[in-house]
Amino acid sequence: MEQITTDICIIGAGPVGLFAVFEAGLLKMRCHLIDVLPQVGGQLSEIYPHKPIYDIPGYPDITAQQLIDNLMLQIAPFNPTFSLGERVETLNRREDGSYDIKTDDGTSVHCQVVVIAGGLGCFEPRKPEIDRLADFEGKGVAYMVKNPEHFRGKKVVLAGGGDSALDWAVFLSNVAERVTLVHRGDTFRGAPDSAGKVFDLAKEGKIDLILKSNVVALTGDDSLQEITLLDRNNQVSHIEADHLIPLFGLSPKLGPIAEWGLNIDRSAIAVNTVDYSTNIERIYAIGDINTYPGKLKLILCGFHEAALMAQSAFKYVFPEQKLSFKYTTVYGVSAF
Amino acid sequence: MINLTIIDRDGGRMPVEIPEGINLSLMEVLKASEYEILATCGGMALCATCHVQVIEGPEQYFTPTDAELDVLDTLPYVEPSSRLACQIRITEDMDGMVFKLMGGD
Repeated sequence: MEQITTDICIIGAGPVGLFAVFEAGLLKMRCHLIDVLPQVGGQLSEIYPHKPIYDIPGYPDITAQQLIDNLMLQIAPFNPTFSLGERVETLNRREDGSYDIKTDDGTSVHCQVVVIAGGLGCFEPRKPEIDRLADFEGKGVAYMVKNPEHFRGKKVVLAGGGDSALDWAVFLSNVAERVTLVHRGDTFRGAPDSAGKVFDLAKEGKIDLILKSNVVALTGDDSLQEITLLDRNNQVSHIEADHLIPLFGLSPKLGPIAEWGLNIDRSAIAVNTVDYSTNIERIYAIGDINTYPGKLKLILCGFHEAALMAQSAFKYVFPEQKLSFKYTTVYGVSAF
Repeated sequence: MINLTIIDRDGGRMPVEIPEGINLSLMEVLKASEYEILATCGGMALCATCHVQVIEGPEQYFTPTDAELDVLDTLPYVEPSSRLACQIRITEDMDGMVFKLMGGD
């Protein structure tokens, strides 16, 4: 259980959340970032790292991942701290107005200001329709491989046809007692290398490859024991399994933030464009997750919102001080 | 005008009227028409959140492109006529087509 104290807790480590660290840092405010993904960068790193972006001022073109790498360099002087791979669950207001935020991993962050830079929401695994799937979550069903050792000596079934299903099938074939890969199709369109390896391992008998089939039901007492498959000819079969890992990509959801009493308009948080504050004091929303008349979902608009947010948040972090605006060209960037 | 019919995830059928020559994708039209479509990646055929099924229309619209197949392959359920709406440019020959919204996740 990690206990963190900071000035600003930023939910979402995409480009706008990262740049908010810079704008806060110029005003001597420290930041902690929480993101549900295991790496920083949000959708830029998760979905389109190699795509060029053409509308970042000063960069005729830059790939999404380069932009994230540059932002990480730019904010390094301000020493931000991160909780990655964790989902924000609860928000509690203290009597003095500050907040405690808790994640699903038990991390607790005490902060003066909360900035929601959550993009489209938190990326959650797509869940296939499988009978009793939810009953076995945490009891054999997992949607990502956090620690491969967890599967050592076990019977593991992977479902999916994308790169992550292929890569984990190859990797876990050396760890698990038995790896079965179930795929709806009969070919793989993922990286040809990984697909080739999977077919080779299947020939050598190191992976069981079950094509043109779907997982349809799960059975077991306290934990997962057996998986029911249905093939294209409606033939039913069963395999023994300790674990099922469905890997069907990620889809964004607003998540627990929806329960915090914020004004939400069609999955976006309504803000005041004076400072991008929400209806709740000390909570701001910037980037793709907010909405206001004329809103454009552009990275550069999110950067602007981060700057105005920081100027406004200052009064909560340093209530005794008067804010004076300073240009970096005159004062530089003082690290802390 | 190009007239399309959209079957939403609850099975309701709604007409959508699109002016000719607007140079948008079906995903962008659906978003503008306030359908629940996330279009996370903004139209790069990368996220599959604009998954639709072609129900009626000219034959060439029933076949996804390679870029679409790459992404559709990662989904738990698809139909043979599954497409990504972001990869369908609105053109006049689409008049009268019927699409069904897929994957509410």
